[in-house]
Amino acid sequence: MSEFLDILALSVKSLVSQSAVFFALMGVGLNLHFGYTGLLNFGQIAFALLGGYGVAISVSMWGLPLIVGVIIGVLAAFVLALLLGLPTLRLRADYLAIVTIAAAEILRLVFRSTPATPVTGATRGLSGFGQGFYDRAPFETQRTYDFLGSTWTGREIWACLVGWLLVTLFSLLIWQLMRSPWGRVLKSIREDEDAVRSLGKNVYSYKMQSLILGGVIASFGGMILVLATGSANPDQFQNANTFLAYAALILGGTARVLGPIIGAMILWFIIAFTDAGLAALIRNGFIPDEILSSPDVANIRFVLVGVGLMILLIFRPQGIIGDRREIVLDAH
Amino acid sequence: MLMALRSGVVAQWAARALVVALGGLALSFGLVLATQAPALAEGETIRLTLATSRSGPIEGVEVTVKDANGDEVDQGNTDDQGRFEAELPGPGEYTVTINPDDLPEGVTAAATERQVTVAEGAVGRIAFALSDGSTGGGGAAGRIPQLLVEGLRFGLLIAICAVGLSLIFGTTGLTNFAHGELVAIGAIVAWFLNVSAGAPLILATIIAMIVGGFVGWLNDVVLWGPLRGRGSGLIAMLVISIGLSLALRYILNIIFGGRSQPYADYRGQRAVDYGPISLTDKDLYSIFISLIVLVLVALMLQRTKIGKAMRAVADNRDLAASSGINVDRVIRFVWIVGGALAALGGVLFGLSDEVSWDMGFKLLLLMFAGITLGGLGTAYGALLGSIIVGVFVQLSTLVIADELKYVGGLLLLIVILVVRPQGILGSRARVG
Repeated sequence: MSEFLDILALSVKSLVSQSAVFFALMGVGLNLHFGYTGLLNFGQIAFALLGGYGVAISVSMWGLPLIVGVIIGVLAAFVLALLLGLPTLRLRADYLAIVTIAAAEILRLVFRSTPATPVTGATRGLSGFGQGFYDRAPFETQRTYDFLGSTWTGREIWACLVGWLLVTLFSLLIWQLMRSPWGRVLKSIREDEDAVRSLGKNVYSYKMQSLILGGVIASFGGMILVLATGSANPDQFQNANTFLAYAALILGGTARVLGPIIGAMILWFIIAFTDAGLAALIRNGFIPDEILSSPDVANIRFVLVGVGLMILLIFRPQGIIGDRREIVLDAH
Repeated sequence: MLMALRSGVVAQWAARALVVALGGLALSFGLVLATQAPALAEGETIRLTLATSRSGPIEGVEVTVKDANGDEVDQGNTDDQGRFEAELPGPGEYTVTINPDDLPEGVTAAATERQVTVAEGAVGRIAFALSDGSTGGGGAAGRIPQLLVEGLRFGLLIAICAVGLSLIFGTTGLTNFAHGELVAIGAIVAWFLNVSAGAPLILATIIAMIVGGFVGWLNDVVLWGPLRGRGSGLIAMLVISIGLSLALRYILNIIFGGRSQPYADYRGQRAVDYGPISLTDKDLYSIFISLIVLVLVALMLQRTKIGKAMRAVADNRDLAASSGINVDRVIRFVWIVGGALAALGGVLFGLSDEVSWDMGFKLLLLMFAGITLGGLGTAYGALLGSIIVGVFVQLSTLVIADELKYVGGLLLLIVILVVRPQGILGSRARVG
C-alpha cells in the first residue's frame, strides 16, 4: 500500500514537473502551428534543441551571460523557422511535415557528431551553465523541500516555477492573439486557404509568422529542459519527443488555449504512473523478467503514446476539451 | 567433405568426380596438417599477416611481442607473404607492436599495438586494421568509383524499400510514416530465424518477405482499409501512421534490444578487387538481387494486369474504379508487395550495416528523400530518386565525416523541395 502511495505521489509530482512544463511549452507552440494554422510541423523538437543549446553553448562555451544565451536561443529558433518555412509553406501540408522531421534529425545528428565536439560536446553534451539561472532564485536552491507529498530540490522548484510562468504568459498571449484579427486570419487559413487568399491576405506571410512564433515558444521549452536537468545532451532531443508533444496536444484538445497544458499534465501523469507502476510490478515479481525487464520500462511509454495517438485520432480526435468542428484532419 | 564423398560413391558418379573429390580431400587434409603442426609441436604461438587489397602482402615490417610484464618475448620481420609468427613461452596475455615506419607508402595502420590473450596450446591470431586508400586514407579522386558503386548499392536498397511507400502514397494518398517499421520488421524476423533458429539467411529472407507481405496485408485489413471506408482525412491518417510507427518501433526495441547486431551468415567477407573498386561478395550479390527484383517490379507494373491496375489507380482513382477496377483489391495487393519488398530491403540493409531496432526510421527519411526527388507517387520516380540519394549519400563522405553522411541525404531532400518540389518525374499538379 505504501508503495502504491509512493507511486501516486511521484505521478502527482510529474503533473507539474519539468517534463510537463517542457511538453506544455512544445504543445503551446504546436497548437499555434497545428491547431490554429493547420501546419504540420513534425520537427518541433528542433526548435527546443536550438533553444536549449543556445543557452548551453553561449554560457558554458562562450562565457556569455544567461540572458544573452536566451536571446541567441530565440534567434536560432527564428532563423530555423525562416529556413524551414521559406521552401515549404507554399507546398502541400505533408511537404512541411517531411522537411521539418528531416531538419530535426539533421540538427540532432550534427550536434552529436564528433566534428562538432568543440562546440556542442558531441554525445557527452554540455553542463555547468545553470548557475546564472539559479542565482536569481529568491529562495535557497541548495536544499530540498517537501511539497505535494514528494521531495523537490530547490533547483527543480525554481525551474518549474519559471517554466509555468512562461506557459502562462504564452498562453495568455495566444488567447489574446486568437481573439484578434490576426488570429482569425490564421484560423481561416486552417479552414480554407484559397478563400483567405481571395480576400487579399498574404497567406504565406501569416503561415510564416505562425511558424516562427510557435517555434520560439518551443525554444523556451528547450531552455527550461536543459536548465532543469543541468545538462544539454543531443539525446534529450530525440525525434520521438515531437510526437509526445503531439500526443499531449491532441489528448488535451487542439485549437484550445488550455488544450496543450491539460494534455501535457495528464500525459506525464500517465507516463510517470505506468513507469513507476511497471517498475514496481517487475520488482515484486508480478511480471516475469523474460516478458519485460526494467530497462524496457522507459520504452513502454513510447508504445503507449503511439497506441494512444492512434486511438485518439480514430475515436476522439478532439481530445478532452476540443471541438470536433475545429480539427483540421481532412485538409490536403 | 566426407558426406559428399560417400554420397558420390553411393550414386556411382563418374570416376572423374571421385578423383576430384579425393584430390580435394587430400588437399584439405594437407592444409589442416600444415597449419596445425607447429601448434601441436611447440605449444602457444602468435601469428599475424599484414596485407591490404592494393599493396598485397607487406614484407619487412618489424614486429615486437612482449608479455604482460613488458619483457620482450620475440622480435622479427614479416616474410614475403606478409606473415610473422612467434613462439611463446606459455599461455597468457601478450602485446604485439608493429613498426609503422616500415609500412609502404600510402598504407596506414589504425592502431600499431594489439593485445591478445593466448590460451594453452592455442594460436593467437592478430589482425591489424590497415588502410591503403581504397578504404579511406588515399586521395579523393581515387575513391570516387568505389563510392559510386557503394552508392549504387545503397540507392538500390533504398529503392526496394521506397517503391512500396511510393505506390501506397500513389494509390491511397497516405504518407505512411510507419513504412520504416515494415523494413525493420523484415530485418528482425530474418535475424531471429538466422541467428536464433539457425536457418540459412536466404531461407530466412524468403520467410521474412512472406511475413513482411503479411504485415503489409494486415496493415490494410485492420487499420487503413476501415479508415478509408470511414472517409478519414489524409492528415488524420498521417498522424495515425506516426502513432503506429512510434508504437511498433519501441515494441521492436523491447523485443530486439537496443544494440545493433549482424547476421550469422556472410560475416567478415574480404573485399575482392575489380579494377578501381573492391567489393565484398555480399555487396555484389546485394546489387544483383536489388536489380533483379526492381526489374521484376517494373515488369509487373508494365506488363501484368494487376500492375496496370495499380498504375491506373495511382493515376486517377475514381476513373479506375469506374472502368471496373476493384480499387480495394488493388490497394491490398500494393500493401502486400510493399511489405514484402520492405522486408527484403531490411535484410539487405542489415547485411551491410547490421540489424537494429531503429533502422527503419533511419531509412524512412532517406526513402522520403528519394521519393520526393523522383516525384511523389510515381513508382519509377521512387526508383530513380532513391538511387540518386544513395549515390549522393556515399559521395558526400568525400567532404563530410562518415557519421554525418545521412545528413547529406536529408539536406538534399530540403534542397529538392526548394528547387523542384514536384521532383524529377512528378507532375506539377500534385504539389498543391
